[in-house]
Amino acid sequence: MNLEEKISPIVKQLAPSGIRRFFDLVNTKPDAISLGVGEPDFTTPWHIREACVDALERGMTSYTSNQGMPELLEKISQYLSDRFSLAYDGQSEILVTFGASEAIDIALRTLITHGDEVLIPEPCYVSYTSCVQLAGGKAIAIPTSSQNGFKLRAEDLEKAISPRSKVLILCYPNNPTGAIMRKEDWEPIAQVIKKHDLLVISDEIYAELTYRGHHFSLASLPGMKEHVILISGFSKAFAMTGWRIGYVAAPEILLQAMLKIHQYTALCAPITSQIAAFEALKNGLSECEAMVSQYDRRRRFVVKAFQEIGLTCHEPQGAFYVFPSIQPLGMDAHTFAEELIQEESVAVVPGDVFGPSGKGHIRCSYATSLDRLDEALRRIERFVKKKRKNILLSSIS
Amino acid sequence: MADPLRLEILSLLEENARLTAEQIAHMLDLSKENVEQIIKELQDEGIILKYGASIHWRKAGKRRVNALIDVKVTPQHGYGFDTVARRIYLFPEVQSVYLMSGAYDLSVALEVDTMEEVGRFVEKLASFDFVVSTTTHFVLKKYKEDGIILDEPDKDRRLVISP
Ligand SMILES: Cc1ncc(COP(=O)(O)O)c(C=O)c1O
Repeated sequence: MNLEEKISPIVKQLAPSGIRRFFDLVNTKPDAISLGVGEPDFTTPWHIREACVDALERGMTSYTSNQGMPELLEKISQYLSDRFSLAYDGQSEILVTFGASEAIDIALRTLITHGDEVLIPEPCYVSYTSCVQLAGGKAIAIPTSSQNGFKLRAEDLEKAISPRSKVLILCYPNNPTGAIMRKEDWEPIAQVIKKHDLLVISDEIYAELTYRGHHFSLASLPGMKEHVILISGFSKAFAMTGWRIGYVAAPEILLQAMLKIHQYTALCAPITSQIAAFEALKNGLSECEAMVSQYDRRRRFVVKAFQEIGLTCHEPQGAFYVFPSIQPLGMDAHTFAEELIQEESVAVVPGDVFGPSGKGHIRCSYATSLDRLDEALRRIERFVKKKRKNILLSSIS
Repeated sequence: MADPLRLEILSLLEENARLTAEQIAHMLDLSKENVEQIIKELQDEGIILKYGASIHWRKAGKRRVNALIDVKVTPQHGYGFDTVARRIYLFPEVQSVYLMSGAYDLSVALEVDTMEEVGRFVEKLASFDFVVSTTTHFVLKKYKEDGIILDEPDKDRRLVISP
């Protein structure tokens, strides 16, 4: 039997993850410093882990309601209101999921039928395009560039819209660029969204990791809530990636539709993780703040270091990534990343993994201790100097 | 009000005393000279007390004896707690002295090489007029010291590359 033939064509056509190939390469270098990690270097704060241990000891091992534990839903509702001035009803407009990842999948499957177009500003998180394809849709990239700080501009959005455009996926603060959108950036975008009746899937998983000011949520603009499916989670803000817990908030009609998929495919998010998430929102915000101020220090350190190395780097104001340009070196990002790991044992992710408009850039995560960042940047500096010298030599000869 | 910039420099140095003024300047977006000036002030004002390393002595093969001594004292005329504490903390083997509320007055932490030395120190304490009683506790094992967990290496368990 040819098993390969049995695989659905939709799955077959999914691009293998560009990160995967790189991962294997890095694994051959056990002493490497990795700036390729897309998750916090902190362990989940102890009081959160302790709440989970306690719940296990008390025998909390059952299913919960499909939507999530009522206390947690209430807490999320209150949190969204306190932090981002958003009004979502815990009973009918919020659903607890297996991380933001599940939320992205069910939001797309709820909205997309065959041939619908989904607009995605690029560079973007690696899952979106594949999830769109799995839902039967067609991903349409909207390139953004470092000249505009990788922000989405209304005119670029307008240009990408066709009669089949239905959904826009937004991710600010952005992975991989660290770009954010302020209120004044959103206002013209909101006009376009209204004009074309677009639905927005807004992945705000990095909302808490916003520096110099506070995250502004698109759904908090007047008239925007009915256009937005808000996705977030606990992975980044509370260093809880392994717990697989997140949530989605949306107008009741959309939420109930997503709940249908969730109840048949996931049943409910793990109870232990829900209990931990409740504790995180109840008592974890100060620790979140402390982690954010650590990221902020590292961010300033890394940006300055790249400037000194001479690789232009727009200032990222959110998430924990910098996205410098390596164009002056005249090499593509894959070659850069491969030679950097071979020659200096530092791992970074080539920017075009996040879509063609990421080419000529590399993504470096600063979710790593300052000591290691310092060492990694010294090595990058040495590497860049060497490459520059080679360019010079070859231009002379 | 404490100056937030000074607090930030202090917490960076508390975490890693080997950071150079230049590195700190990078992180806080200041000039190197500015950072050097602030650090000098912090030293001159006695806010930064010393720069040391946190050492896991047992792992380094050096065994030391630690004891905590609860001391009850009677402050006498012209001889308050501060003076009594001073008489005790000037001994170099004393690591810390705290004035406590509750069942006893001073908590004295001692670090020496042998049990006998602890005995001699307690005898010395007991001979002071102002000392009413002492209770000595020996430390059997250290789990966490100065905010550092001793025998739990903070291993990075993350995948080297993730999206
Ligand atoms: C933009 C973005 N969205 C979603 C996720 C996945 O989050 P979760 O762990 O909640 O599934 C990530 C993780 O890297 C991410 O970067």
